[in-house]
Amino acid sequence: MSLLELKNVYKIYGDLHALDDVNLKVEKGEWLAIMGPSGSGKSTMMNIIGCMDKPSKGEVLLDGVNIAAESAKNLTNIRRDKIGLIFQQFHLVNYLTAVENVMLAQYYHSIPDEKEALEALERVGLADRAKHLPSQLSGGEQQRVCVARALINHPEIILADEPTGNLDDANEEIVVELFRKLHEEGTTLIVVTHDPEVAETAQRMVVLRNGKISKETVNENFTGHIRFH
Amino acid sequence: MFFRMVFGTFVRQWKKMLMIAFTIALGASLATAMLSVMLDVGDKVNQELKAYGANITVVPKQSSVLDDLYEIEGGQSTGTYLREDELGKIKTIFWAFNIVDYAPFISARATLDDGSEVTVVGSWFNHHMDLPTGEQLDAGMNSLRSWWEIKEGAWLNEQTAENENMAMVGVELADKLDLHVGDPVHVIGTVQDATYTVAGIFDAGGDEDGQIFVPLDSAQALDDLDGCIDSIEVSALTTPDNELAQKAAKDPGSLSISQYETWYCTAYVSSICFQIQEVITDSVASAVRQVADSEGEILEKTELLMLLITILSMIGAALGICNLVTASVMERSSEIGLMKAIGAHNGAVTGLVLTEIIITAIIGGCVGFVVGAGFAQIIGQTVFSSSITIQPMVIPLVAVLVVLVTLIGSMPAVRMLLHLEPAEVLHGR
Ligand SMILES: Nc1ncnc2c1ncn2[C@@H]1O[C@H](COP(=O)(O)OP(=O)(O)O)[C@@H](O)[C@H]1O
Ligand SMILES: [Mg+2]
Repeated sequence: MSLLELKNVYKIYGDLHALDDVNLKVEKGEWLAIMGPSGSGKSTMMNIIGCMDKPSKGEVLLDGVNIAAESAKNLTNIRRDKIGLIFQQFHLVNYLTAVENVMLAQYYHSIPDEKEALEALERVGLADRAKHLPSQLSGGEQQRVCVARALINHPEIILADEPTGNLDDANEEIVVELFRKLHEEGTTLIVVTHDPEVAETAQRMVVLRNGKISKETVNENFTGHIRFH
Repeated sequence: MFFRMVFGTFVRQWKKMLMIAFTIALGASLATAMLSVMLDVGDKVNQELKAYGANITVVPKQSSVLDDLYEIEGGQSTGTYLREDELGKIKTIFWAFNIVDYAPFISARATLDDGSEVTVVGSWFNHHMDLPTGEQLDAGMNSLRSWWEIKEGAWLNEQTAENENMAMVGVELADKLDLHVGDPVHVIGTVQDATYTVAGIFDAGGDEDGQIFVPLDSAQALDDLDGCIDSIEVSALTTPDNELAQKAAKDPGSLSISQYETWYCTAYVSSICFQIQEVITDSVASAVRQVADSEGEILEKTELLMLLITILSMIGAALGICNLVTASVMERSSEIGLMKAIGAHNGAVTGLVLTEIIITAIIGGCVGFVVGAGFAQIIGQTVFSSSITIQPMVIPLVAVLVVLVTLIGSMPAVRMLLHLEPAEVLHGR
């Protein structure tokens, strides 16, 4: 059984089909990139997979559970237990330090554990920045704090929506390198991007167009390392 | 972690929180001031109305009729008098125990040395009575006119000054004649003249300021009116009037026997008047309660006004809080969306925001309470010229009001919190 399966998923706003009969399977441990032009439905799909939105029609099976039929309260619990989220705009709480931002995810999940949170920051190379506020960190450092926050509760899937959209090449490379390490450790990764260089680092790539999957390619020479053209 | 976040909000949104606290403080201070004044002054003024001043006057029958016909000013002699020897009987009526004080009055027209006319009023000061019941009573002006401000000297003491001709002189007259305590005043009556020693100078704030008050017999002697009195002022504790009392006041004869008995055996001002008339020959006793009644009415209206101000200030505070809290939540929508995204339930987010607001409300409420207590003193001094004791009841009342208003004011913001979808705020579209 696949970890995630979308079956005939539609998301309809008025007469706009943001998702139009999408079928997709993601295996455990897979690294998938989703590409497509702006407005093609990438974020809509991420919101549905991330239990923040429900499809208008269709089934979304996560670990065999149809999350399209769950209550809002259960969706919050599933999201908390199984999903790590990374956003383009980081969304760090700006009056909490780096380590406290990581601990916040622990707080809503179970109980805050500063030692574990510091270890997570160490994994993303920010051990020395733990006591800094987001405003005292560079964009790349902030996104690494977000990665630490996303992985702190050992989620089944990490969903990243344009994680490198606000980063320069150097920081982009650092973040992709973190994804590669997570992939090696067996984490399932779904990364939305419109940057081909980032998409090419993944094992498989899906292209959305007008809410439909228009192209699917498997990366034959997958290394997990980014190659700048 | 929770408190770290609450604290963080205060640090970051301190301006908004300060505004919220200020709004609450404003509402709480008004509520505190109004409630304190309402609860304290109401009681105090009512007590004063009961405790001081006469509420019944007794005059000779004919004088009363003439007064009514020609609207002659009270105190002017009309040739008919009440009898001094009947005064003790007032304490023998059915409601004797409700008579807390009374004093007879006789006024004599006299002439001063410079030829100007002056009214010399004879009365009791601290007149001691041994009643037939074995009870003792000190009655007279000292208690009946307790609001007089003694400018110089002291109240005339009848018991120690028995053989001296002492007098209380009104402040206007004293100024005119340049009189001070211990000075002699010579007055010429129609029959006799007398020289009084000034015992005290008073400020009554009225006609009495131009008069001289002396013990009853001294005044009687001036006009040779031994045993005569013009009027009696009685201070009695009474039951508020009802329909029966009003009907009886018009004409006791119109009552049925059982109604009459109920009325007679209730301490209505009209039944006490009736009973006084029964013991004092040819007298008319009437209530001068109108003054007290209208004062009570004004007080009631003032209380209503204060209640209205309290309610309006609370509504105002609720609206202000509503605006500020909604703005604060809107400003933090992405932060709140993120909390929801990483697993916070509605309850947790609402709890966090409400905790912040309640803490703010408590701080604002406490400041408001202190300021309001100050306001109350200012209002008490300027409006009612009495200091206000903050009744303990005000504290829980204000606390409940503050919490209620804060919660009601936060409702729209809480609704927004509950409906906030993380997907809507986290992806910049
Ligand atoms: N809440 C919404 N209401 C109406 N239309 C929406 C809503 N969310 C997304 N859309 C529309 O759905 C389409 C897909 O949006 P989105 O998934 O954000 O695209 P992207 O691929 O750029 O992330 C867009 O045309 C967008 O305008
Ligand atoms: Mg998008």
